[in-house]
Amino acid sequence: MAEENKKSEYLVDVRGLKQYFPVKVGFFKTIPLKAVDGVSFQIRAGQTLGLVGESGCGKTTVGRSLLRLYEPTGGEFYFNGELVTDKNIHQLRRQMQMVFQDPYSSLNPRMTVEDIIGEPLDIHHLYTTKQDRHDKIMHLMELVGLNAEHATRYAHEFSGGQRQRIGIARALAVNPKFIVCDEPVSALDVSIQAQVINMFEELQEKLGVAYLFIAHDLLVVHHISDRIAVMYLGKIVEIADADELNASPIHPYTLSLLSAVPIPDPKRARESKRIILEGDVPSPLHMPSGCPFRTRCRYATEQCGKEMPPLTDRGNGHMVACWNK
Amino acid sequence: MAQNYDIPAPKKRMWSLQLNPEKFERATDEEKRQADVMAESTTFFRDGMKRLRRNPLAVFAIWILIILIAIMIVAPIFVPYSYSEVITVEGVRDKSAASMAPFQYSKLEKAYMEKYNVRIFPHIMGTDELCRDYFIRVVYGMRVSFLVGVFASLMVLIIGTIYGAISGYCGGKVDLVMMRIVDIIYSLPDLLIIILLSVVFKETLDFSKVPVVGKLGTNMVSMLIVFGLLYWVGMARLVRGQILTIKENEYVLAAKSMGASGGRIIRKHILPNCLSVIIICTAQEIPSAIFTESYLSFIGLGVALPMPSLGSLANTARSGMQSYPWKLVFPAVAIILICLAFNLLGDALRDAFDPKLKG
Repeated sequence: MAEENKKSEYLVDVRGLKQYFPVKVGFFKTIPLKAVDGVSFQIRAGQTLGLVGESGCGKTTVGRSLLRLYEPTGGEFYFNGELVTDKNIHQLRRQMQMVFQDPYSSLNPRMTVEDIIGEPLDIHHLYTTKQDRHDKIMHLMELVGLNAEHATRYAHEFSGGQRQRIGIARALAVNPKFIVCDEPVSALDVSIQAQVINMFEELQEKLGVAYLFIAHDLLVVHHISDRIAVMYLGKIVEIADADELNASPIHPYTLSLLSAVPIPDPKRARESKRIILEGDVPSPLHMPSGCPFRTRCRYATEQCGKEMPPLTDRGNGHMVACWNK
Repeated sequence: MAQNYDIPAPKKRMWSLQLNPEKFERATDEEKRQADVMAESTTFFRDGMKRLRRNPLAVFAIWILIILIAIMIVAPIFVPYSYSEVITVEGVRDKSAASMAPFQYSKLEKAYMEKYNVRIFPHIMGTDELCRDYFIRVVYGMRVSFLVGVFASLMVLIIGTIYGAISGYCGGKVDLVMMRIVDIIYSLPDLLIIILLSVVFKETLDFSKVPVVGKLGTNMVSMLIVFGLLYWVGMARLVRGQILTIKENEYVLAAKSMGASGGRIIRKHILPNCLSVIIICTAQEIPSAIFTESYLSFIGLGVALPMPSLGSLANTARSGMQSYPWKLVFPAVAIILICLAFNLLGDALRDAFDPKLKG
């Protein structure tokens, strides 16, 4: 089947990933909080998938369950054609790494930069001598634009951007093929954001890593991604090539997200119409039946309440989950 | 990026906070080089020690402890008396030397000094009612108290830290069960357990041949065991609480995502970050152990005779309090000095290593 041939084409192949968290209601009853509910996507080697969505829609959870920081409730994850299980995850962690959102809390304040970057090397025994370890760390620091004399310093002596560079160097230490970037720039200010994003791109060119780039800033994601997936309440509602999604969004949620992106030209900004969604995001504990977006969607019909629309291809790999558009 | 300084600055309005670029000078090469020379990187530990040294109370406490420890080590070497033997002059037991005041000599000693025209080492704190030098007894009492204090707090440190670390790190049901055990132990009356244990041990075990422990007696052994069994719960709770908060930090998650084992995460990431709390708690545990030992000795459950301890010295001095008040004052002052010094040190450590807690 064509499905089988496709397998090796993608570095990351996620099928129907589900991540439920038990939430205690009352004394004995627990109900599942469906943080991620049946998410599927693919990433080719050396490419970037941007994952956007509002706060609490499960973006971070997707990244964390891929790395098995949570035990996924369901779904399959093929990495390089190999099904990821509890048994091979330790081996695969050499090829999958993560960059965290908060550069202030993701670095241990009691460790020097050298030890922070060297930790994955220690864990996976990736060096032979102390000199070898030192050389590798120096190389990594150079790669992310840190000076050699920073090696003996502590994380609190650095600015946010520099700390994020340390975090990136740590992720690169094992020479991974795939990095989950969990909102790596949202804690930084705009000028530093640009620096760090450009560095991500340079590193991708140099090392050929694939990224799952999680963010809530559409402009940033559009800049760095090859493809973009839009999430709403634990489900992917639209996935398309970055330019395609920006130019011709189809799903009503994507439309409203894009209309909220600030336009740096007051004249055009005044002309553009902002689609303001009504109501709040429903609680993931009590998901609406059928399409999760129907409670806020102006195109909602009876059918939306009955069935979750499947992701259907609208040409060029532009997949949308909507009955009406 | 090179800044263009040629553009004239916009006209400055009154009350405006706008900076005038003309007032700025370009940094010379030397100034740039100076900025490159960075201050030496300080570790958390060095930082804390610096703050500790600046605290006069801490320095005072450390000096008291140094002096007391020096006395405890040196005094038994050069003081020619023994804590368990009656003073002898020329091989004769000096029966006249009972309950003397500080720096007083007995009749036999005076006769001896006149006869040979030499000076005998003075009884700095006098003698007790059994004609033993009181100074050396107080020194040995301090040794016992110190030994008990340090040993007990070490046991508390080791057991409490490991237990609390496992409970806090594993969380969930493991934590629940382990903490209920702690609650049960917390509710046991320690004095009762010490009494019961020392009765049991007296019947079942014989420590008299073991070098140091034998001289301290079964009561002390049971007391140390009780410390090991009961007193670690406070430390365990403290460490668990710390770990519960530290565990939530992203660097722990990062270590997990790299594939670090649970042991490695506890050792490398969690314990170093709650080290300050552990050090402080240990320093404050020492005086409480010393105090417990003292009051147990005071009520007669302490070290075995003839080994003195500060509490038992105070207890025997109680009967002759009006005639020989110094016999109560010296051990009492020693207890006060030791406990005060450790308490001050503990507080200073807390302030130095955990400035957030100060208040």
